[in-house]
Amino acid sequence: MIKHLRLPQLSWRFIPVWQRNYLVWKKLAIPSLLGNLADPMLYMLGLGYGLGSLMPDVAGMPYITFLAAGTVAYSTMNAATFEVLYSSFSRMHVQRTWDAIMNAPLTLDDVMLGELTWAVAKSLLSGVAILAVIWGLGLYGHFWMTLWIIPVVALVGFCFGGLGLVMNAVSPSYDFFLYYFSLVITPMVLLCGVFFPVSQLPLPVQAVSAWLPLTHAIDLARPLVVGNVPDDIVLHVVALLIYGSVGYVIALALTRKRLLK
Amino acid sequence: MLTVRGLTKKYGATEVVRGLDLTVRRGECFGLLGPNGAGKTTTLRLLLGLIEPDAGSIELAGIAVPQHAREARMKVGVVPQMDNLDPDFSVRENLFAYGRYFNMERAAIAARVPELLEFAGLASKADAQIAQLSGGMKRRLTLARALVHDPDILFLDEPTTGLDPQARHLIWQGLRRLIADGKTIVLTTHFMEEAERLTDRLAILDHGRLVAEGAPRALIESHIEPAVVEVYGEGLEVWMRDHASQVCQRSETVGETLFCYTGNAERVIDTLKQAPALRYLHRPSNLEDVFLKLTGRDLRD
Repeated sequence: MIKHLRLPQLSWRFIPVWQRNYLVWKKLAIPSLLGNLADPMLYMLGLGYGLGSLMPDVAGMPYITFLAAGTVAYSTMNAATFEVLYSSFSRMHVQRTWDAIMNAPLTLDDVMLGELTWAVAKSLLSGVAILAVIWGLGLYGHFWMTLWIIPVVALVGFCFGGLGLVMNAVSPSYDFFLYYFSLVITPMVLLCGVFFPVSQLPLPVQAVSAWLPLTHAIDLARPLVVGNVPDDIVLHVVALLIYGSVGYVIALALTRKRLLK
Repeated sequence: MLTVRGLTKKYGATEVVRGLDLTVRRGECFGLLGPNGAGKTTTLRLLLGLIEPDAGSIELAGIAVPQHAREARMKVGVVPQMDNLDPDFSVRENLFAYGRYFNMERAAIAARVPELLEFAGLASKADAQIAQLSGGMKRRLTLARALVHDPDILFLDEPTTGLDPQARHLIWQGLRRLIADGKTIVLTTHFMEEAERLTDRLAILDHGRLVAEGAPRALIESHIEPAVVEVYGEGLEVWMRDHASQVCQRSETVGETLFCYTGNAERVIDTLKQAPALRYLHRPSNLEDVFLKLTGRDLRD
């Protein structure tokens, strides 16, 4: 792998790859949107109102607001993760679409950048849809402040797109992704403050949680929903950038090793 | 059009391609033959700059590879061994998507699509999904897709493997049209018939090394006796003992069959007529005989 480890070669040639994914998505946009959004929306509204009605305010806000802010980050994470795991893997391994593209004057770096930016686009779609529900239900503090959630969502998509591509690079089959979901994604959902404040967890677990990327995402998104300026903005932004970039560079090296031999 | 000097590629300790020298001239159809694992596909991947050689130089369409592989690939069309058409797109959309990878304007692709569909015999299937196409149609579409940017040189990796004779002949027709149009073609195959019919010159590759190179006819003439009599049946051993060494210039036993290579088949047949239990097949020698002589009859996996 070390031999393949080098910085990504950025080129505008990634655009037709992004465009290819967009055109395919467009054909099935409605069912795809429903599939991506119904799940987080149902959880958010069901738990938010159902459980929320039994609860006093959580962390100084109604539970539905608390949960909505968590759901923005969580559904964004899922959108990017699903895209670079299952969909990218289909294109790379099952359909051999990447091979076809690399016979044209595109490189693996172009293809992977196309996949990463497409994952960011899918995250934006998913995050903004949840944001629209937040607007619709009036679950926010200041409208203008909530607009900052849009770049946050893109950043979260970048972070989990980069990390997920590592899994894509090493996976022998679709079944392999279950490990990632069971060992990484699901624990993160429970440890990073989507459904309840991290402060409810035992102190050692809180210490772990502070390092996880989803925690950084939620620490940015939740204050913005409520209408506050997040604390430690630079820390959270840099953490998400590092997770995404390091993941992406490792993913590139592993995929080079896998395909370019 | 293509010049390769001393091309070498190692995987760990094994050399898959060992000091290969090749020259393909403009407008030529060049065949790369070899048993499985001879290094054909690796060579194609090296030529496209998808993998880096350990030694040697490649100049493709006047451009150094892998240093400027991107520019070189602008001038090359590729038909891979395994179909990798985009199953999420229709026939027409596949051509459009592929054109975009070459930076072509939409209008330029649109102008090209009707003739490509006609070339592939898929004009009536333009809006069909890939899953609805037969194996032969998919191959023809893959060939049309490789032509979308009007390349100077075409690489085909076993273009007719897995096709029925009808579909194979259609592909051959298409390739002949391209050769007549002056395209340069490099194809790998292990169908000797395909190589004999299509190529102007060919190279036989074994264990990553070039074992013979030349025009198909010339290779047959220089490497092998003009005729083959395949002899089999009851009494073969007796006939071998009494006659084979006198009438065959070279002979080879494979299973129950004796391959008798000779310049004078009539003499062989005269002796066979005296052994009515023996059955035989007399035929002119062909490229497959050359291939088997040079690469051996052992199975390669």
